[in-house]
Amino acid sequence: MEILAVFAPLVGFLLAFLFGKKMGDKGAQLVTCSGIIIAAILSCVLFVQVICGGESGHGDPRTITLMTWFTSGTLAVDWALRVDQLAVIMMCVVTIVSSCVHIYSVGYMSHDAHKARFMAYLSLFSFAMLMLVTSDNLVQLFFGWEGVGVASYLLIGFWNHKESANAASIKAFLVNRVGDFGLALGIFAAFFLFGTVQFDALFALAPEAAKANMTFFGYELHALTVVCLLLFMGAMGKSAQLGLHTWLPDAMEGPTPVSALIHAATMVTAGVFLVARMSPMFEYAPDALMVVTVVGGVTAFVAATIGMTQFDIKRVIAYSTMSQLGYMFFALGVSAYGAAIFHLMTHAFFKALLFLGAGSVIHALSDEQDMRKMGGIWKKIPTTYTLMWIGSLALAGVPFFAGYYSKDMILESAFADHSWFGNFAFWMGIAAALMTAFYSARLLFMTFHGKPRASKKVMDHIHESPPVMLVPLMILAFGAIFAGYLGYESFVGHHQVWGESIKVLPANDTVTAAHHVPLWVKKLPIVMGVLGLFLGWVFYSKFTNLPAIASKIFKPLHALFFNKWFFDGLYNKIFILPALWFGKMFFATDKNVVDSLGPDGVAKSSYGLGGMLSRFQSGYVFQYAFVMMLGLIGLISWFYFKTDLGLDVEGAE
Amino acid sequence: MIDFPILSLLTFLPLIGVAFILLIRGEKQRVEQNARRVALYTTMFNFILSVYLLINFDGSSAEFQFTEKVEWFPALGLNYSMGVDGISLFFVILSTFLTPICLLASWTSIKTRVKEYMIAFLILETFMIGTFCALDTVLFYIFFESVLIPMFIIIGVWGGGRCVYASYKFFLYTLLGSVLMLLGIIWLGITIGTDIPTIIADNSIPFNVQIWLWLAFFASFAVKMPMWPVHTWLPDAHVQAPTAGSVILAGVLLKMGGYGFLRFSLPMFPEASEYFAPMIMWMSVIAIIYTSLVALVQEDMKKLIAYSSVAHMGFVTLGLFTMTTQGVEGGIFQMLSHGIISAALFLCVGVVYNRLHTREISRYGGLVKNMPKYATVFMLLMLGSVGLPGTSGFVGEFLALMGAFQVNTTIAVFATTGVVLGAAYMLVLYRRVIFGAQKNEDAAAMSDLTKLEYSYLVPLALIVLWLGIAPSYVMDKVSPSVQKLIGQYEAGLKKSPTSLDIALRENE
Repeated sequence: MEILAVFAPLVGFLLAFLFGKKMGDKGAQLVTCSGIIIAAILSCVLFVQVICGGESGHGDPRTITLMTWFTSGTLAVDWALRVDQLAVIMMCVVTIVSSCVHIYSVGYMSHDAHKARFMAYLSLFSFAMLMLVTSDNLVQLFFGWEGVGVASYLLIGFWNHKESANAASIKAFLVNRVGDFGLALGIFAAFFLFGTVQFDALFALAPEAAKANMTFFGYELHALTVVCLLLFMGAMGKSAQLGLHTWLPDAMEGPTPVSALIHAATMVTAGVFLVARMSPMFEYAPDALMVVTVVGGVTAFVAATIGMTQFDIKRVIAYSTMSQLGYMFFALGVSAYGAAIFHLMTHAFFKALLFLGAGSVIHALSDEQDMRKMGGIWKKIPTTYTLMWIGSLALAGVPFFAGYYSKDMILESAFADHSWFGNFAFWMGIAAALMTAFYSARLLFMTFHGKPRASKKVMDHIHESPPVMLVPLMILAFGAIFAGYLGYESFVGHHQVWGESIKVLPANDTVTAAHHVPLWVKKLPIVMGVLGLFLGWVFYSKFTNLPAIASKIFKPLHALFFNKWFFDGLYNKIFILPALWFGKMFFATDKNVVDSLGPDGVAKSSYGLGGMLSRFQSGYVFQYAFVMMLGLIGLISWFYFKTDLGLDVEGAE
Repeated sequence: MIDFPILSLLTFLPLIGVAFILLIRGEKQRVEQNARRVALYTTMFNFILSVYLLINFDGSSAEFQFTEKVEWFPALGLNYSMGVDGISLFFVILSTFLTPICLLASWTSIKTRVKEYMIAFLILETFMIGTFCALDTVLFYIFFESVLIPMFIIIGVWGGGRCVYASYKFFLYTLLGSVLMLLGIIWLGITIGTDIPTIIADNSIPFNVQIWLWLAFFASFAVKMPMWPVHTWLPDAHVQAPTAGSVILAGVLLKMGGYGFLRFSLPMFPEASEYFAPMIMWMSVIAIIYTSLVALVQEDMKKLIAYSSVAHMGFVTLGLFTMTTQGVEGGIFQMLSHGIISAALFLCVGVVYNRLHTREISRYGGLVKNMPKYATVFMLLMLGSVGLPGTSGFVGEFLALMGAFQVNTTIAVFATTGVVLGAAYMLVLYRRVIFGAQKNEDAAAMSDLTKLEYSYLVPLALIVLWLGIAPSYVMDKVSPSVQKLIGQYEAGLKKSPTSLDIALRENE
């Protein structure tokens, strides 16, 4: 069953990809959708078994080894499916959201010429993601990790006639590779330290290594901190944390279902999953946890500031995703792994809902994504409008929606950590919560309310999306409303289900401590959420000239936010241009220095190149053969000489 | 076991094919067609024979198998001695596998002097297989150096416009190396003998002599590899060579350098290898970064892939000289994987070159529209070259870097940047050729893969996947020999812990 749950999407991919032409669009949609739905159903069954099964009813985690991947000396890597509590929760999130997106895509891509290919890629992605979350060792995790990266690359660049889409897809792949550079080194370091890459073995050895040091890059450093930080670098790339985030907004070039599935709900959360999975190691590397917290806090804040100023509806949501991922990371950093995964799950629902809702809007407006050209359409697409409200309220953390439970838990945990970085992250998170609510309201009011700013032709075409798109949205909306309430007890409450899959040292147990924080800490996020929504309404519905005035008053600040803190330009100057410059210079070096000292120089000094070349065709091969034969003759005569005179070999030496 | 001299048969069977081709008489067209057929059938049969060899190979043994030994020049103590172990076995298979593919790829594209072309390839195959099977230094030398003769001819006669310059450059580089190696072989022959296993088992070479011998062999192998900075012959040779020439050059000939390190430098001169290892590793790192950056700015498809080959070979030398199990096995696997992937990539270039007769990247674009099958195969190979897990490119690179990390973390960090740079140039190449708008009408009018092209590209692509998902089939057979190699190496270091001191004292 575990095998089928993971491999059903792969079968769907292979069938649709290889025989897409023969089976037609309908056939391809059928096989891919059934593949992922089978996986979703089986994942839910596994969920019940793994969480509630077992003799004691406290869980029945299992690992199924499929076959050996490769062995080299003491390094042994298996293909295996590790289905424990953490994995099965991820499996459910992935397959359920993916099923919704698969079905939605049938409607959304109905005008596209390459439906079979699109569906196939979605299934490929789902398979890679499932391999990632069920991996039993770091190398298989790396397989899934890069696999989702490739699927993301293929899907961002799905409309491959568009230059911008191609550029975005390459950028996504390369920035992720920078992260993977760290991840790969982390795996090497783990193997170097522990002699294994298998999770159970690593985790068993981690406590003993807590005091060990290793030499890395010429420095004597705390070994586990090195390993964890290198792994975290991979997580930063995949989860678009500040510094390695620049690919995510550009990734919005891909079709909207892709943004929902890969760049909101699942793939970008792989980094969060990685840190949670490696919690038995991170727990013994407090410095690494500190870095995770700070990076998460800063990302949450910076991304929110950018989100407030963007006009492309998908980019606003993309920055919001980045910001929410920041929350998850600082939760991880204060050892609130459960809270992070909890937010991961609720976020998957409401963010996928927001993206798919935005897709529905874009679809209705004839592929318009600029919010400045929207407005006044809420009456024409009421269902989408309602669903977008649900998603936004959940995102803003309004009580009783899903985001409220998980985000509050994260902020309380950060506060309960009582460390300087916990406090830092807490205040960053509070500020980001205000901005989150603000840009959510901004998005809603700019998109749906006010005067219509689209052309008349577009306005006449506005239509509500077909049921095949709306039904998946409703499923997600259900999750966005109830997931928080339903999951609270089992994720972060008094009946946690994690079992052995997450490790928290007693001293770091912030989730438990979070239940005892002062009242103002518990209430502050709600106040911020409501205040943000209110401000958004004031700015973008009540007094619509306020944003222009505000951006004038805070001109430098606005410029900084609007230009995304200038990361792209900076990276272009620091990395890309120098790389090309060095490439050209080295190429010239090859020609001018190496060759002129080497072969060309030899030729010039001996014969002069021209004469040499003209004689070449007839002569060179034979000259070569001649030299070789000469050598051989020399060799043979030497031997002959040696044996003939009966020289003592040792003596000759 | 096999009771006939299978290695000699494998080596010299192509020459029988040559004899047949020489016997063909008749009108020109008929002769050409028959020459093609004879060559193809011979190489195909040879491949089947090599599969038989693979099946009968005892993967659990580290010893040389299927050995043959005939007195050859008794007065000089020279023997005709052949044998394969886990290290050389797969290079033999790689040679027998790629040769028929080369012939298929030249089936329609070679129109002049077909008969001679086929003969050149068959002779080339004999020398390649001989190189990997020879267990006698002189025999090895003959095969190793002879390989270049048909290769020169292939580049010189059927190559592009500046093929003369290219093969001359190739020639100058390799000449110096081979002379020095010959001196090394002579020295070994006088002091120990010419039997390779005997030399390996003999640990008596003092350190200061090891240094000189190591350098002599290094001169030859480094050029063949090619290592930075003696790599500049490769891009020119590739650009001027016909497609099949590039395939063999990248697929097999580049592996002879690495094989030489494994068979000679490391086991015979362990102390010198240990002494020079940091230098080799830094040269590998430079090769990886330097040539990746150069590849990034290339405008010529073949040059780009040629430079990427240098970078990939950088991972090989890096892995081999770590002398860790992971590093050496990774290096060997990387060679095999690169043999398949780069060969297939050159074939991919050949596919479009045959249609448009240009290798300039900017003359293409948007091929995914008119050549979707080609785009798919190319995509898979591109990902293999990038080292995506699940393709063969990953395993070798990963293990080699893992080995490097155990020896020196700084080197490993710099070398690992290669995974980012390697992705950069391949993705950019793919984007410019396959994706984007169709701005060139003639490129947009090209037809998709023919059945013939399909027949050789698809097996290659499938092998890339197979070796990526289940590499243990190969690795398990390689492993015992690598363990033995490392054992000998370490024994060589421990056996004479004082020989370094002696050498230093003598120098004083």
